[in-house]
Amino acid sequence: MRTDSHLVYLIALPLFSAALLLLLGRIADKWGHLLATLVSATAFGFGVSEFISMHKQAGDSRAVTQKLFEWISVGSFKVDASLLLDQLSICFVLLITGVGTLIHIYSIAYMEHDKDRRRFFAYLNLFIAAMLLLVLGNSYLNLYVGWEGVGLASYLLIGFWNHNPAYAVAAKKAFVANRIGDVGLSLAIMICFTQFGDVTFAGVKAGAPHASPAALTAIGAMLLLAAAGKSAQFPLQSWLGDAMAGPTPVSALIHAATMVTAGVYLITRSNFIFDASSTARVMVVVVGAITLLFGAIVGTAKDDIKKALAASTMSQIGYMILATGLGPVGYAFAIMHLLTHGFFKAGMFLGAGSVMHGMDDEVNMRKYGGLAKFMPITAVTFGLGYLAILGVPPFAGFYSKDKIIETAFNQGGAKGVILGGAALLGAAVTAFYMTRVVVLTFSGAKRWKDDAHPHESSFLMWAPMAVLAIGSVASGFLLSKGSALVHWLQPVVNAGQVSDGKELMKPIVVSLLALGLVIIGAGFAIAKYRVVPDVAPDNVSVFTRAARKDLFQDDFNDAVLVRPGKVLTAGLVATDYWFIDGIVRLVAGTIREISDVLRKVQTGYVRSYALIMFVGVFIGALILWVVTA
Amino acid sequence: MDIANYLYLSVILFTIGALGVLIRRNAIVVFMCIELMLNACNLALVTFSRIHGNLQGQVASFFTMVVAACEVVVGLAIIVTIYRSRRSASVDDASLLKN
Repeated sequence: MRTDSHLVYLIALPLFSAALLLLLGRIADKWGHLLATLVSATAFGFGVSEFISMHKQAGDSRAVTQKLFEWISVGSFKVDASLLLDQLSICFVLLITGVGTLIHIYSIAYMEHDKDRRRFFAYLNLFIAAMLLLVLGNSYLNLYVGWEGVGLASYLLIGFWNHNPAYAVAAKKAFVANRIGDVGLSLAIMICFTQFGDVTFAGVKAGAPHASPAALTAIGAMLLLAAAGKSAQFPLQSWLGDAMAGPTPVSALIHAATMVTAGVYLITRSNFIFDASSTARVMVVVVGAITLLFGAIVGTAKDDIKKALAASTMSQIGYMILATGLGPVGYAFAIMHLLTHGFFKAGMFLGAGSVMHGMDDEVNMRKYGGLAKFMPITAVTFGLGYLAILGVPPFAGFYSKDKIIETAFNQGGAKGVILGGAALLGAAVTAFYMTRVVVLTFSGAKRWKDDAHPHESSFLMWAPMAVLAIGSVASGFLLSKGSALVHWLQPVVNAGQVSDGKELMKPIVVSLLALGLVIIGAGFAIAKYRVVPDVAPDNVSVFTRAARKDLFQDDFNDAVLVRPGKVLTAGLVATDYWFIDGIVRLVAGTIREISDVLRKVQTGYVRSYALIMFVGVFIGALILWVVTA
Repeated sequence: MDIANYLYLSVILFTIGALGVLIRRNAIVVFMCIELMLNACNLALVTFSRIHGNLQGQVASFFTMVVAACEVVVGLAIIVTIYRSRRSASVDDASLLKN
């Protein structure tokens, strides 16, 4: 494998910039955002040059490594801090730095009036560095460091406006939900160590065929738990909606395009585990299928534009997770959907940010309406992203999402029908809620108050949106032309041939079915939202009510985790108070009672002391006399 | 004369001193009673020295005298100070250190 001693700069540059901006403080206020953006752009340029030099090599010798230092060396257990840039990592490097740079540029304008803009950019750079470490680590342990780093950056950025207690709580909620997933990752690493004595990807891959099925299933399940935490998958999905408390660029970068897809990366990277354990793979598809429907259903009832998009993100990542559970070729389609999703969802989030920017930070879509006239560029870029997520040909989602649906059907048997059906149904619901977002926001009559002055955002804001919109249009075609991405990822995920011939449905049938359902869903939304009341109506079905409450995810967590947890803590506090403190208090109380009696002896009268002394001496002498006589 | 008579005298003096310490309230009198007890001990020590025919008892009585002298100095100083602040030489009045 080739080595490259420059890889570390990819991570070191943004990390250094983040540290610099945080340490310099107010001095850097004037130019902090420029430095951060420049560093991010440099990292992107570096990523592109790495990609080009990689592309020149033959398929199997494209990966490069760099050993930084010997990290842990205990007996026979050795872990190096090493970086690995292969065909899978480079996809992420380009996505992270590319979309990251666009969002840096966008944020310059978006955060212009925030007095903490420098801190915001420092956190963004910290995130970029951590996310790059996550995808460049060559072992699970290195990945874990990046994994925690992005969790921290996510926490800091969700709670960026932490003077609002609700936002601070949202940040904490995200952090706690992520911790549960992190426990899964650390357990997976521990099992890997006991089974293989090695935590590098290469070592685990070499050992996986000889490991016991139970161990592989356990590792797979723990990795899935980790992925569920980071990627907001069922049952750890509840944090993503609240994470929208962060500034909108953060939602676009971290909670749509990159960090939340880390779970997909983890499962794809661990393909050798899931290839070897069909049980783990079944768990993956179940989680993916549940989440893609869950997110889609929640998305239908949200009036907050960012929360609707967050539910959509959850649902789309459900598609990716589903794809990773569909066998070797599924990994490639998962990554393809991940990349196209990175474009169109980030673009739509930035569009939402642009709308909010023009509407005095109003997020309620019922207070929008008819904005296309006032924000033409935002409307067009958002619209292109909308067509991409719907999977309308020839936009990006058509290539990536239909492939996933098709692969799901090709599983064959009842499994194929259920998974494919769920994916198709999800596509229809996606069409409904995305159309709802577009109709409520950009068309129809205006519903905002007269004191709002919607206006198109500045160039710095719409330029990144335009670039992402171009990506939403073209990326799907480019990535799937001649199965480019599938062949590119072949050495990493062992994708095999794209089609094995025993198709349940021809691709064209799947595409037509999906398109038909999308049109039905979209048409339904257009018909339903011709007139939009200012306030969400109360006389709605139980399903709408459930979806408005996120399908009772918080109530469920409260009932199953929070309340029993509170009872447990109350029990522990009572035990501490009555048992452990009880013993301490018993000892202290006994001594106090005894001394209460004994201190009466201290009368303060010298003569009584003298009497006691005489009596004592007399008794002592008496005893001596008796003993010696 | 029987040498044991000195010991009887010593016991009587010691008992008088001890009773004085327990019964009298005036600090000066209590103090004198303590001196009486010390000297009763000295008499007993000297008598034992005579009985055994060596000087150990007499040497010990010198130590007692030195200690008694020191004690008088310190004790009288305390009594005078207490009298100055409390206008009383009664040992029962100086009973603040209780319970």
